[in-house]
Order: sequence, then structure tokens, then C-alpha cells
Amino acid sequence: MAAPETSTAAVPTLYTNNTLRNAFGGVLSFFILLLIGVMAFSIRLFSVIKYESVIHEFDPYFNYRVTQFLAKNGIYEFWNWFDDRTWYPLGRVIGGTVYPGLTLTAGTIWWLLNSLNIPLSVETVCVFTAPIFSAFASWATYLLTKEVKGTGAGLTAAALLAMVPSYISRSVAGSYDNEAVAIFALIFTFYLYIKTLNTGSLFYATLNSIAYFYMVCSWGGYTFIINLIPMHVLLCIVTGRFSSRLYIAYAPLVVLGTLLAALVPVVGFNAVMTSEHFASFLVFIIIHVVAFVYYIKGILSPKMFKVAVTLVVSVGLAVCCAVIAVLIALVASSPTKGWSGRSLSLLDPTYASKYIPIIASVSEHQPPTWPSYFMDINVLAFLVPAGIIACFLPLSDASSFVVLYIATSVYFSGVMVRLMLVLAPAACITSGIALSQAFDVFTGSIKFQLTGASSNTEVDAAETSSSTAESQTDAVKTEKPEETAKNRPSRKSKKKEREHGEKPSTEAKAEKKRLLALPLESSVHCVWAAAEAYSAPSIVLTSRSHDGLHVFDDFREAYAWLRHNTDVDDKVASWWDYGYQTTAMANRTVIVDNNTWNNTHIATVGTAMSSPERAAWEIFHSLDVKYVLVVFGGLVGYPSDDINKFLWMVRIGGGVFPHIKEPDYLVSSLC
Amino acid sequence: MGRTSSTKEDAGALFHSLRSAYAATPVNLKIIDLYVGFAIFTALIQVVYMAMVGSFPFNSFLSGVLSCVGTAVLAGKSNFLSPLFAKDLPPERAFADFVLCNLVLHLVIMNFLG
Repeated sequence: MAAPETSTAAVPTLYTNNTLRNAFGGVLSFFILLLIGVMAFSIRLFSVIKYESVIHEFDPYFNYRVTQFLAKNGIYEFWNWFDDRTWYPLGRVIGGTVYPGLTLTAGTIWWLLNSLNIPLSVETVCVFTAPIFSAFASWATYLLTKEVKGTGAGLTAAALLAMVPSYISRSVAGSYDNEAVAIFALIFTFYLYIKTLNTGSLFYATLNSIAYFYMVCSWGGYTFIINLIPMHVLLCIVTGRFSSRLYIAYAPLVVLGTLLAALVPVVGFNAVMTSEHFASFLVFIIIHVVAFVYYIKGILSPKMFKVAVTLVVSVGLAVCCAVIAVLIALVASSPTKGWSGRSLSLLDPTYASKYIPIIASVSEHQPPTWPSYFMDINVLAFLVPAGIIACFLPLSDASSFVVLYIATSVYFSGVMVRLMLVLAPAACITSGIALSQAFDVFTGSIKFQLTGASSNTEVDAAETSSSTAESQTDAVKTEKPEETAKNRPSRKSKKKEREHGEKPSTEAKAEKKRLLALPLESSVHCVWAAAEAYSAPSIVLTSRSHDGLHVFDDFREAYAWLRHNTDVDDKVASWWDYGYQTTAMANRTVIVDNNTWNNTHIATVGTAMSSPERAAWEIFHSLDVKYVLVVFGGLVGYPSDDINKFLWMVRIGGGVFPHIKEPDYLVSSLC
Repeated sequence: MGRTSSTKEDAGALFHSLRSAYAATPVNLKIIDLYVGFAIFTALIQVVYMAMVGSFPFNSFLSGVLSCVGTAVLAGKSNFLSPLFAKDLPPERAFADFVLCNLVLHLVIMNFLG
């Protein structure tokens, strides 16, 4: 089987020298990862190239303003900042209501670069934070999938995550929002959890808690982690996979994680008091009970153990029922059963439309349509089931976690379009596993054909190098199997193939080519989606007409007008969509903004917008408003202006002030 | 009647066998058990104190209780799981990890204590 040293090629006997082969594979993986990082960064730069380096949308402007404040005044002022230029006359405690992860990250990068004498402005750092962290996220995906299934799957999953449109949509250059760093934190936390599960080392458990802390700092979606991990622990216990590694992976995370989560001001005592965290405490108790049971089982004889079981069951059941009754009474006494409004709307998709019209009115909170799945995760949509099956052969702790992750994220993505973002890493991991396994099967059969062939070391070298690569981004490598097919002198007997259970070699190559076509076409789609669909900064609009390209910079011109032609202390009233942009770009005090924490205040503005002029003037006068900002898109056909949003103003206003009734504003069908 | 006396006998035999099995564990692990018991006892005292005095300031209470629970978890794991311990980590590495985790835990607690 060993190939002798008769090669004239530059590559020595790779096939027999395992360490050299591993080293070569390692270097190749490193360069592939580097390329993946570069691709993840550059695919998100379309908006910078097509428009300019500008912050997009609405929420990023708030984050940008906070980062500016942090850069100018330092961290202590940031923690203690009370903002009196929004929600007039109430103000907003910024330090206690913002998730600081994103702003602190960008602020740290800015400070670091400036202290190294690289004078980037705060805006540049903010614009490019998201692409940088998406490169980190794809590397984290590589690490996570490597823990589950090996290096090949890792590289595939990383390449897929770098390109998947759903993630691109929330992390283009300029989309300076929480998800930009939160997805990286999510994947990295899951990677460290799986690593702790696989190695049983407290070191990784500590790192896991710290990564979880970073996730809590970054995004409200951290509740997904603190509910998914207990679910997985429960699954492992129920399927008989309890081990000391599971305990080490979970128990320190709960204690340290709860403490660290309580450190973040915006979470605070919610970390122990809201229902979102109760699952972790419940499973904490359960895992201790299970560990105790295993301990007792280990030191007692089987007969004694049975006695112990009967005793404990009879006594313990009574105690348990009492405790559970108390708990249920406590939880049921609060009207929302302890859950926050947003979490409830995830669990019961109809909740928001019945009780909280503001949450229902946000377009990102609507359920997605079927086409959006194919738009956002493209070919992964049908690779995911294959990946789930691949996770079951064989089933390990890590692969059961991946299955649970994809199942829950598919459900939640079905509730809210915005959560397709959480589905994207899971889909990439499972698809990476599926593709890598399929490639393994086909490459195995090709390789097996060639071991029986004549001692052509060039062929072997080319074959092993292509099997260690396992990457679709490098098309050159896949041409080598075709060359080896031509070089192959004779066909091996089918007997050995059937032992291996593989297909004949030409079929395998054809399958491989077909499989390769999938991600190649998908990458074409991803680049198109990134360039055309997800790169609009929404603050600058363009349109093409017969006389060329028109650029509408109306938003920024309006804010600039406000900035130059009004007093610094003038109050501007508008619908809450434009609040962040007004404070950031026009630097004027606004009445309501995108934070939407005070429904009554928003309803007041909504009532003013829906009332006749005299009544509206009264309301605005009571709020000291001097200017009212209204967006009208009728001249150019801009579809999402205030006229489009008008009925929501009516509904939200009518939710608090009963004299605003929606039927009054609709044309009756009779006239 | 016969059933209750037999369950009593069974319970007695059970405690006896538990006690004898536990006495067979090495002294090191019993000392760690004592430490874990002490940590949990301290946590219970804090809970009782909070029930008497009221929960302000809540953050100090939380950090105190969780520090006790945390040290209990970290120390107790090696004893607790002795039947199933995967001995694939060298003990020096395990101890270094334990020290690191305790360090981070107490750093966070100091910060949260207020």
C-alpha cells in the first residue's frame, strides 16, 4: 500500500508521512480561514462602494451617537449619562437602558487605534465594526463545527456563514447595530460550551462564562442562550448522556453567568427575577439531583438503591408538590407570568397584535414569508435536513446540541423575520456538516480506487491534498481529481469497493461536481443579495430614470436644515421612527424615538398626528414643541413615508386615548 | 402494619449502608465535602438573614449567596462525581482551572458586592 520514493514531483511521499500531511493540512486550513475572513469582510462593503461610508437605517444612529459620547467623555460619564435630549420632558437614562457591548467594543477599537496614532474617526470605526466582526464570526463557526464534526465540516461551515445573505443583511458596512457583534458572541459562546462539554476542563467553562457575559452585554437575544443550554442539558440527562463533563459545562456557567448577567445594568436583577432565566435555575436543581442520584447509585448495592428510591419517591414527591404549588402561585400572580412583552410575543405569536400594538407594528417583527427563507439562506434550506441526519451518525453531545439549536431557531425564525439571523449560523453549521460528509464519502471512494492503482505518487499527492482541503472556495483543487482520473491506468476490482461500500469512481466524481455546483451557485446568489438587496443605507435613496441616476439625500438635508436654522433648545416632534436620526444628525431634542419604551408618550404623539389642527396644536403646545417633522413620499414615490404609517399612529394613539377610533379614519365602502 | 415496619426496617438498613459506604471514601474527599457543606450552610444563613431583615441591598445579597453556591459547585464537583469522573485531565491542570475559575468568580463578586 505504501508508495515508494520514486516521485519526481516536488511534493514528497505525503501519503505515508502522516505528520507532514497534517502539517500541510494545517497550513492550508490557516490560509483558507484567512481567505474566508477576507471574503466575509469584503462582501459586506458594497454599500460603501456604491454610496459612501455612512451609517444606515435608524437604530445605528443611536448607537453611533452613544459611541461619539463615549469617545468624547470617557467611560464613567457614559455609565452615568442621563440624556435629556430625547423623550422630552422625561429624558432617558442611557447608562441603564442600553446594551453596552457594541458601543464599548467600537469605542475600545477607536481608542486603541488612536493611541497607536492611526487617526480613524469614530464614524469610520463604527461603519466597519460589523464586517470585521463577521469575519470573527465565521472563524468562530469554524471552531464550533470543528468541535462537532472535524476540520472539513468546520471550513465548509465557515465559508457558508461568511456568505449567507441573512447575516449579511444585518452586518453590512454601516449597519452599526447590536447584531453585528452579538452573532459573533453567540457562536463563540456556543463553541466554548461545546468545547467544555468535549474536554471537561474548567478553563473552558470559565471562558464560556466570560463569552456569555459579552453576549449579555451585546444583545437582548442572550435569553436564547440561557434557555437553549439548559434545554440541551435536560436532553442529555434524559437520553442518558449525563457525565461529569456535562456538569462542569453547565453548573459553573449558571452561577458565574447569572452573576455576570446581573452586572450589566440593563439586565440587573432581571437575571434572577424574570421567567426568561427560570429554566436555567430549574435545570441547575435538576442536574444536582441527577448527580446526587448517580452518586448514591455508585456507593450503594442495587437492592439498597431500590429501597432508597421508594423512600425518596414517596417523601420527596410530597415536598416537591408543595414547592411547585408555591412557585406556580408566585408566577401566576403576575399578569404576564413573569415574561417580558417581547419574549411573550415570541412564545405566543398572536400576543403582540392583541395587546402591544407597538411591537406588532415593527416590520421586522412580522412572520417571514416562504420566499424570504430562500432569499435569506438560499441553498442551505435543503442542505439543513441532510445535516440533521448527518448529526445522528454518530450522535454525540455536541451534535445533539446542533440538532436542538437548529430546531429551536427554525421555530423562532418562523415567528419573527428578524430572528432569521439566529437561524443563519445554525443552518450554516448543519449544511457544512452535510456537505463535508458527502464530500468525504465521494472522496473516500475515489481515494480507494487509487490505492490499488500503480505507484503514481503524484496522483496520490494530488488526491490527498484535495481531500484535506474540502473547500469549495478554491476551484483549482477540484480539477485535480479529474486529472487523476486520466492518469489512472486501470480500474480496481469492485470487490474492494463493496467492502468500503462506495460508489464507482466516475459516478463519485460526477456527484462531486454536482455537489460543488450547489455552493457555487449559492455564492452567486449571495453576492447578488449583498449587492442589490441588502446594501441600501436607507438614508440615501437612488432611482434611475431616463436621464440617469438620481440621488435623494432628502433626509440628511432636512436634518441639516434643522441643525442650521433652529435654536439648540428647540423641540422637534415626529413619529418615533425618526427620533434617533434627529438627535444624532440634527442634534435637536425630540419627543419620542425608536426606543419605544413609553407607550403613552408615543400614543400622545400619535393622537396629535391624528387629530384636527386645533386639537393637535394644543397637544404639541403642552409638550413645548416648536417644529413638527413629517415625511412625505408622494413626489418621488417613496413608499414608506408617514402616510403609509398613518394608520399605525391611529391604532397606537387609540390604544391609550379612546376617542381616537380607527374606523373614523377609514373610508366606508358605501360612499 | 407489616408493611410500615418493613419500610422502617428498610429505611434503617438503607441509612446503615449509606453510612458505611460513605465512611469508605478517602479522607481528602471528606474534607472537601465538609467545605462544600460549610459553603451551603453559609448561603442558608444569608437567606435566613435576608428573610428577617429585608432584601435591600439586593445586589449584595445576590452576590453573597451566589458566591457560596459557586464555591460549593466548584469544590464539590470533584467529590460529587467521583463515580463518573473522566480522568483524562492531569490533576495539575484541573487544579489550575479550579483556581482560575475561583479567581474570576470572586472578582465578579467583589465588583457586584457594591
